[in-house]
Amino acid sequence: MKEKISHLDWLESEAIHIMREVAGQCANPVLLFSGGKDSLCLLRIAEKAFRPGRFPFPLMHIDTGHNYPEVINFRDKKANELGERLIVSSLEDSMKKGTIVLKQDDEPRNKYQSITLLEAIEEHEFDCCIGGARRDEEKARAKERIMSFRDEFGQWDPKNQRPELWNLYNAKVHRGENIRAFPISNWTEMDVWQYIEREELELPSIYFAHKRDIVKRSGAIVPITNVTPVRPGEVVENITVRFRTVGDITCTAPVISEADTVEKIIMETASTVITERGETRLDDQVSEASMEQRKKEGYF
Amino acid sequence: MNDTNKNNTVLRFLTCGSVDDGKSTLIGRLLFDTKTILTDTLSQIEKSSKKRGMSAIDLSLITDGLQAEREQGITIDVAYRYFSTGTRKYIIADAPGHEQYTRNMVTAASTSQLAIILIDARKGILTQTKRHSFLTKLVGIKHIVIAVNKMDLIEYDQEKYQSICDDYKIFASAIQLDQPGTKIQFIPMSALNGDMIVDRGSMIDWYKGPTLLEVLENLDTREDIKESALRLPIQYVCRPRDSDNKELHDFRAFMGRIESGLLQVNDKIKVLPSNQESTIKEIRIGDKILKKGIFEESVTVSLHDEIDVSRGDMLVHAHDELRSTKGFTAKVCWLSETNLSTNRTYLIMHTSRTSKAKIASINSKININSLALEEANDLKTNDIADVTFKLAQPLIVDKYANNRGTGAFIIIDESTFHTVGAGMIESIDK
Repeated sequence: MKEKISHLDWLESEAIHIMREVAGQCANPVLLFSGGKDSLCLLRIAEKAFRPGRFPFPLMHIDTGHNYPEVINFRDKKANELGERLIVSSLEDSMKKGTIVLKQDDEPRNKYQSITLLEAIEEHEFDCCIGGARRDEEKARAKERIMSFRDEFGQWDPKNQRPELWNLYNAKVHRGENIRAFPISNWTEMDVWQYIEREELELPSIYFAHKRDIVKRSGAIVPITNVTPVRPGEVVENITVRFRTVGDITCTAPVISEADTVEKIIMETASTVITERGETRLDDQVSEASMEQRKKEGYF
Repeated sequence: MNDTNKNNTVLRFLTCGSVDDGKSTLIGRLLFDTKTILTDTLSQIEKSSKKRGMSAIDLSLITDGLQAEREQGITIDVAYRYFSTGTRKYIIADAPGHEQYTRNMVTAASTSQLAIILIDARKGILTQTKRHSFLTKLVGIKHIVIAVNKMDLIEYDQEKYQSICDDYKIFASAIQLDQPGTKIQFIPMSALNGDMIVDRGSMIDWYKGPTLLEVLENLDTREDIKESALRLPIQYVCRPRDSDNKELHDFRAFMGRIESGLLQVNDKIKVLPSNQESTIKEIRIGDKILKKGIFEESVTVSLHDEIDVSRGDMLVHAHDELRSTKGFTAKVCWLSETNLSTNRTYLIMHTSRTSKAKIASINSKININSLALEEANDLKTNDIADVTFKLAQPLIVDKYANNRGTGAFIIIDESTFHTVGAGMIESIDK
C-alpha cells in the first residue's frame, strides 16, 4: 500500500512538528502575531499542534503604532476567540524610554521593530520567538535555518549558523540567547493562500479588494492615511486595491486588484508577475542587502 | 508555473556541483523555464549582471543570497529554492561547491529524496564527482541523476557523452552505489541554452530519454506504509487539566510526527522504552478525527489505558521487536571547526530524545578523495568516520539504512550548544 500525503498536508505537518519541538525544547517561547496572513496560518497550525490543550506560549505583537485599524481590531478579536494571552509591545514605549530615537517623525518604523522586539525578549525572558517568515520571501531568508540562533544582542550571523539536518532541530540556548523558529519556512505565497482557502481562515478585510484613497509616488501606490499624507502637487485617486502583505503603514503598499475572495486572490497570485515583497514592501528596495542587514541587527 | 493545484505532493532534491559545473545556471534555468522567477527578480538580476560587466542575463545570479557571497562571487551556505508545476511542489537544497563542501552537502542531502550530480562534459568524472557520489550514498539517497552538462561546449557529441556514462557506471559499481533499490539516470544537457532541462531543445535529438523535469515529475515518492514498521516518537503530551471543559480534566493525548509506517485505530501498541502496552483509541489532526495516520503526518493520539508516556518515548506496534539501546556504531560527519575530543561528553539528539554520550572508539576515518579507510584519533571539520558511542540514557534507534527518521542523529556540544556532528547508525549494541 503506497501512499504520500498532499503538499499542503506535508507543509502543515512539518510546521506542526516544528512548533511541538519548540514547545518540547524551550522553556519560555512566544509566538509573534501581527494579524497578517502568515501569522494567521501559524495560529491555525498551533491549534492543530496543541488543542484541546492551551498553547504553550503567549502571542506577542510588536506594534509600530502605524497600523491599519482593521488589522489591529482583527488581531484583538482573534486572540480573544482563541482565549490565548496577547502581549502588545509598542514602539511608542521604546520611544518614550529613549531607546528608539527617530530621525524624523514620519520615517518608516519597520527597522525600529528590532529594538522593541529585543527589549520585549529581555523583559519577558523569552528563549524562542516563533515567526511567520518564509524562505521564498527574500534571498537572505533563503539561507536561514528553521531554528535560527541569535546571540545576546539578537544578532544573526549568516556565516556561522548551526547546521540543520533531517528534522532534528537544535533549539538549545544559554541565558540571554535566543532562537527564532520559522515553522512555515518552506511555504511559498501560493501555499499560504491555498492553506487559507482550505482551512477557511478569516483574514483582516484589507487583504480583499476595497476602495481606497491613494496617490502614485515614484512607481508605487501609496495609501493616503494620517501618517502618509498627500504631498503638494500629488493627485489623490480613489481606486480598488488590496494588500498582499500587511505591515507598518509607511512601508506597505497595496496593489490594484478586483480580487475580493480568496479564490480570486489565488487566481491572481498564479498569474502575477511581481514578487510579494518587490511589489509591496518599500523597505526592501533600498539596497540589495537591506533584509540581510536588518536581520543581522535583530530583525526577525 | 505558479499553479493552483491543491493535490500536489512534495519532492525535495539537492544539486551537487561547483559554480564551474554550471550548478547555479541549472537551478536558474529550472526556475526560469518553469516561470517561477518573477519580473522584478529578473530585473534585479539584469541590473547585477550589467554591474558585473556581463551582456546577457546571468541565470546563476538567481541563487546568490548573502552580501559576502555577492562580493566574492561564491556561495557559502545551503540555500533553499521553491518551484511548483501543477503535479508537484519542489524544494531544492542548493549546496555550494567551495568551502565546507562535505558539511553543506550532507546537510542538503539529509532532507532530499533525489540528488542531481553535475558533470562538466568537457572534463568528465573528477575527484569531486566521486566525492559527491560517495556522500549521496552515505546519506542514503535512492534516486540519482547524473547531469552531463555543458554539452554545447563539446558540440553535443554523443560518443563523448556515452563514454562519460560508461566511466561513471564503472565507478558506481566500484563504490557499490548501484545497489538494488537505487536508481541512477543519465541526462545530457546544456543549462546555459536550456536543452533537456524543461524543454528538450533541438540539439540533442539522439537522446531519447526523459528531460530533467520529466524525471522529477515522474519519480515515485510514495512510501510503502504497510511494509515499513510504525515509528511514532512522542514530542509533546497534552493534558488540558486547567480547561473550562470538565470532560477534558482526565484527557491525555500524545503528539508527534509519524516517522514511518501506518497507525490505525484499535492497533495494539507499546511504548518504548517502558514496554507498556495499550490500544489506540483515537487519532486526530486538529478537529479532524482519522481512522489512520501515515508516514509524515503529525498526529494527536489517545490510548485506551492510562499509561505513562512522556516526550522522548516512542510508540511502536506491540509485536515489534525494537528495543532501546545504550550504545551504537555510526558513520559520523564532523561539522564543527573545533575537533572532536574523545575525552569529552557530548549530547546526542535523536528523534525527540536527547542523551549524553561518550566516544567509545573512533574505528576508522574515510579519505573522501581516495575512499580508503584510515586510522584516526580525532576528527576535524568535514571528516567522515566510523564511531562507536556509549549512551547515558537509552535511545530507541533503527539502522539508518532501514529508517532515516529513527537512524539519524545530531551531536551537540555540551558547553556551546552548537551542532557539531551528524550521524547515521550502522549497528546497534544488544
